[in-house]
Amino acid sequence: MNQAVIHIHPSGPLLALVGNPNCGKTALFNLLTGSRQKVANYAGVTVERKEGRFITPAGKSLRVLDLPGAYSLYPRSPDERVTCDVLFGRAIGEKRPDLVVCVVDATNLRRNLRLALAIKRLGLPCVVALNMADLAESRGIKIDPVALAVELGLPVVSTVAIKRSGVESLLELFDDQAVWRASTPVSASHSNESDHVAVRHILQRLDLDDVIPHTASDRIDRVVLHPVVGPVLLALVLFLVFQAVFAWAETPMTLIKDVTTSLSDTVSALLPDMWFRSLIVDGVIAGAGGVLVFLPQIVILYFFILVLEESGYLPRAAFLLDRVMGSVGLSGRSFIPLLSSFACAIPGIMAARTIANRRDRLVTIMIAPMMTCSARLPVYALLIGAFIPQRELWGMMELQGLILLGLYFAGIFGAMAVAWVLKRFTSAGREVRPLMMELPSYHLPTVRNIAIGIWQRISIFIKRVGGIILFLTILLWFLASFPGAPDGATGAAIEYSFAGMLGKALALVFEPIGFNWQISIALVPGLAAREVAVSALGTVYALSATGDAAVQALAPLIADQWSLATALSLLAWYVFVPQCLATLAAVKRETGGWTMPAIMAGYLFALAYVASFIAYRVALTMGAG
Amino acid sequence: MNNVENTLSVNFGATLDLASIGHALIVHDVLAPHAAPEWARWLEEIGFVVGEQVMLMARGLPGGDPLVVRVGQSTFALRRAEAACVRIASTNPVHDERGPV
Repeated sequence: MNQAVIHIHPSGPLLALVGNPNCGKTALFNLLTGSRQKVANYAGVTVERKEGRFITPAGKSLRVLDLPGAYSLYPRSPDERVTCDVLFGRAIGEKRPDLVVCVVDATNLRRNLRLALAIKRLGLPCVVALNMADLAESRGIKIDPVALAVELGLPVVSTVAIKRSGVESLLELFDDQAVWRASTPVSASHSNESDHVAVRHILQRLDLDDVIPHTASDRIDRVVLHPVVGPVLLALVLFLVFQAVFAWAETPMTLIKDVTTSLSDTVSALLPDMWFRSLIVDGVIAGAGGVLVFLPQIVILYFFILVLEESGYLPRAAFLLDRVMGSVGLSGRSFIPLLSSFACAIPGIMAARTIANRRDRLVTIMIAPMMTCSARLPVYALLIGAFIPQRELWGMMELQGLILLGLYFAGIFGAMAVAWVLKRFTSAGREVRPLMMELPSYHLPTVRNIAIGIWQRISIFIKRVGGIILFLTILLWFLASFPGAPDGATGAAIEYSFAGMLGKALALVFEPIGFNWQISIALVPGLAAREVAVSALGTVYALSATGDAAVQALAPLIADQWSLATALSLLAWYVFVPQCLATLAAVKRETGGWTMPAIMAGYLFALAYVASFIAYRVALTMGAG
Repeated sequence: MNNVENTLSVNFGATLDLASIGHALIVHDVLAPHAAPEWARWLEEIGFVVGEQVMLMARGLPGGDPLVVRVGQSTFALRRAEAACVRIASTNPVHDERGPV
């Protein structure tokens, strides 16, 4: 047995929960461990690793690993590979489990028992949790755990993962020393065929061989998957999710911003005017506020995703959208992450975890920042307000609104084009990936599972992404503050800082796309977040006003000093540019390294530059210089 | 069950993607395309084993793709190309001459 390296929890026997996808394994895990869970990634792969701890009735403390769902011990995805590697004791940095709890869906023994037989052959001590026993009973499936235990040669207990009392018999089983002793390992040769025959014989002997139709789920599916009603319902659901992420989050986000501002004011009043005050106020407090401000959207989006996932609707939505997304080489699962990226790419990128296929997930993450997020709106509003005349077109459309709509579509078109190119010109894109997606029976979501799920997203975001965002905000503050303006300087202080020097150097690079040095400087602190560019412009133009007043003052100023071509170029820039370090930090976390964020930044900057160049040159040719 | 194999392999090569909605059928065998030989095993793992009961539940829009398929007690979404790997037989071998559709 491989017991060499053990992470995180160093002591106590290790249990592993194994089961088919959708067997209620994670609900069982949540019930056993409650909030005592640690979420991380398995070594070297971006597969989520959930470990928890619980106490048995006899007071024994146990560690439990929630292994990714698998249909067999022949892996077809990185997730299933982890499950196999851990069970075979060859996963890097993982201890081979001391006891395997094979979770089987009592309503679907035909498929689930095959995995139980395969696991039994591994020779690890194994018990079977007959999960969703209540649901099976309500469908008229009566399973005798004792008889099943005799057939399988493994201890079997019934569990109901949605209520506390449902796992008592399982907990008692862990106190029985006998279950921790391994049966003799049977030959390792895998035989799917014979497992299938064995399961059929077991079910025949237990009189469970009849296929019971799931009438309730089928009735719902007749509506949800209806050719006309289904898509309409889906559109309503998507609209609700988008509306919630976009609109409901606004009040808490404003609140967080207000609290940050008032905290800054309070601290400013307390500290003397020196670099240290600026560090605390503009660096630390602004940075922390910049992290927390994403939370409302993440919480709301994850609430909806978890409810949709738990209820069983999410795979149906993916089914309905499969054809549409398939045209650019993605699957229906990519839709919700991309939709939520219109509010903010960060929750969208985190939501890409619901995409099982690794390649699809990566492509979704890579194109998500092109969806027009709400942080672009202040920039668009400033530029459109200053440069695009308020004019009615054909008596029904507003020119300003039309330009804004055009910017949204430019982002969508860009994202679809990139996805299509990746489908067309990469080997992974051309290979046909099967759908083979289970549509589980509908369930009522439980508050516990939703709450634990949301809490895990929040803590991952704050711990893994928050730190990077905070660090980068402080770094940008440093660049924009040092060195200070020399005595007798006439321009804004930022001009003389590292950010100013960098901006002036960048002005050479940006000259062909029509950006002046003021814009180039503002883009440097604007890396913190897209909307920061507006206030940074205010700083560069040495405006005393801040916030909305700055926009009011800025609009006539830039309308006077910039050409229309420059404004259009900057609009095109903001459609594509990854001017959001928080997004790159989230990508780093979700892809497990700096490679993907580096590629993303590279290709999006290149795309932005090309788009701006075209916009600028075309505008110049048409006399907008 | 043995009759099924005989009648079917001789009479027709009907596949699951062409079945009509709501007809109870059984899996005759699973044949993977040359480009994706692993599909046969994958389909078997999710329940498409010889003799298992299957039924086409719904077709997606547009173009009747993907499909919703009941296999044993589970429901799966399959693309047409995947369902085409599953050759089917009618549940009642006696009436096989008329075909499953």
